[in-house]
Amino acid sequence: MSVLATNYLTPTGREEAWRFTPLKRLRGLHDGSAVVAERNSLVTKAGLPKGASFTRETLAPLAASDDVIIERIRGEVSDVAHLSIDANAEIKDPIFLTRSAGALDSAEFSRVRISLGTHAVATVIVENIGDTLLAEDLEIALAAGSTLTFVSLQEFDSKSVYTARHHAVVDKDATFKSITVTVGGDVVRILPTVEFTAPGASAELLGVYFATTGQFFEHRMHVDHAVPNAKSRVNFKGALAGRDAHTVWIGDVLIRAVAEGTDTYELNRNLLLTDGARADSVPNLEIETGEIVGAGHASTTGRFDDEQLFYLMSRGITLENARRLVVRGFFNEIITEIGNEEVQERLMVRIDGELERAGA
Amino acid sequence: MSVLEIRGLQVSVNTENGSVEILKGVDLTIKSGETHAIMGPNGSGKSTLAYSIAGHPKYTITGGSVTLDGADVLDMTVDERAKAGLFLAMQYPVEVPGVSVSNFLRTAATALRGEAPKLRTWVAEVKGAMEALNMDPAFATRNVNEGFSGGEKKRHEIMQLELLKPKMAILDETDSGLDVDALRIVSEGVNRAKANNDLGVLLITHYTRILKYIKPDFVHVFANGKIVEEGGPDLADKLEANGYADYVSK
Repeated sequence: MSVLATNYLTPTGREEAWRFTPLKRLRGLHDGSAVVAERNSLVTKAGLPKGASFTRETLAPLAASDDVIIERIRGEVSDVAHLSIDANAEIKDPIFLTRSAGALDSAEFSRVRISLGTHAVATVIVENIGDTLLAEDLEIALAAGSTLTFVSLQEFDSKSVYTARHHAVVDKDATFKSITVTVGGDVVRILPTVEFTAPGASAELLGVYFATTGQFFEHRMHVDHAVPNAKSRVNFKGALAGRDAHTVWIGDVLIRAVAEGTDTYELNRNLLLTDGARADSVPNLEIETGEIVGAGHASTTGRFDDEQLFYLMSRGITLENARRLVVRGFFNEIITEIGNEEVQERLMVRIDGELERAGA
Repeated sequence: MSVLEIRGLQVSVNTENGSVEILKGVDLTIKSGETHAIMGPNGSGKSTLAYSIAGHPKYTITGGSVTLDGADVLDMTVDERAKAGLFLAMQYPVEVPGVSVSNFLRTAATALRGEAPKLRTWVAEVKGAMEALNMDPAFATRNVNEGFSGGEKKRHEIMQLELLKPKMAILDETDSGLDVDALRIVSEGVNRAKANNDLGVLLITHYTRILKYIKPDFVHVFANGKIVEEGGPDLADKLEANGYADYVSK
């Protein structure tokens, strides 16, 4: 492949969707100046269980997107890395997909599909590691009655730039749960989005992020209630430490006129561990029908609770360890939802390390 | 044998209207094995005394001294005070979301003992402490003070007292919010800690009922930021009969 064609829109930073993102640090992912290399870096980490297959094939997009980087990816890449789970397969152990290679002098445009057949049950953990320049269009199709836990781990090194849309299309009575963890990279911008295509579907979007000195992490949800009787929950928790650490959380939930019986709640909590960091948090609930079960949102941004630290220290725990306990505790609620001890402990160790590095 | 010596302690807090003096010169000496009850009306500064000794950042020491076996307590950080052997059982123990009781206890024990307790003996130790206080084993997996009832919070405080084995314990209104059964169970825990560790106790209370279970050697009446009368256990009986009116009006 080559340098991209120029007939795509280029964001200027004035658009609502781009107003927080430091475009200059995207290394040309958004304006076509990035040189695109064919890396096909996504691989399965271990053998696949029965009922699962991983192939590369040509697939049309599941759903339209107005994101300009997604449009560029789709314009340039027809090859899709496709993890498919057979109908009725119940896979207990998580399936790991991992990024095997990366580079900063060229970009990888990656299309990924995860699809579950009817009544399939699976957990998929995608690991993003190393230093890389990566734009990803990841789509998830949940057929009727299927259940997916999708874990997306951004454990990048410090120079990575990663933009992605993780879009789930959830069919009748299917259950989608995602856990998005962002603890590494220079710029990370993820769009966890969901659309319901039939009643009885549910989605739970969970996430944690921890930005330290100079890092920019943006998570921009969009949940589209376009059918009746679907349920959504959003809960993202973030911590920030160090100068110019910047996080953005946008929670757009749309309840369309037809979506009677909708039940939705979104929550974002941020913990500012030092001065000089900035957390933007924008819940945005649009309601076109009053015939709903419930709709709500909450957003809080606060500092260390002195009373918590005092309590812990009064039992002999040093200030440093007390802070570590409080931060671990803060993230624990979401991290334990991953349900894999090894991954959970690895993330906690990473969070401890980030905390130490930031001198918080 | 340990001695906690409080001399001429003066403490202020910052308010919107400037600094307000709360403790106006407190003198008190507590030795190992002794139990001192501090009794007084609400707002007299009893809790301020407790939190000042433990080192809460809200309070500013403006005069006097606090020493434990000669070491300057006021010069220590909060965790150093705990390591020196001080313990504060709080009236309103703080919730720490996402941190389990078992993780918290082990982290505290590790900090105070200088090394992580051996897992096998530690598990038995915690189990024993919980059983002694009539606590459900599932308690250990819950988050610290999160969703605890008033009684559970107080049991949890006294469990820590028994596990962490301080030299001196300040019990800040440990009796408040407890029904008769819980009061007895919690008091027995304090008495065990006294018997096993020759603990010195500073028992802060508004009511005399806890003194039926934890026998004080000395009773101090606290009013308007200082000790206004001292005596033996019989002073508590007098307070029970007459209340604090005599002291507040002065």
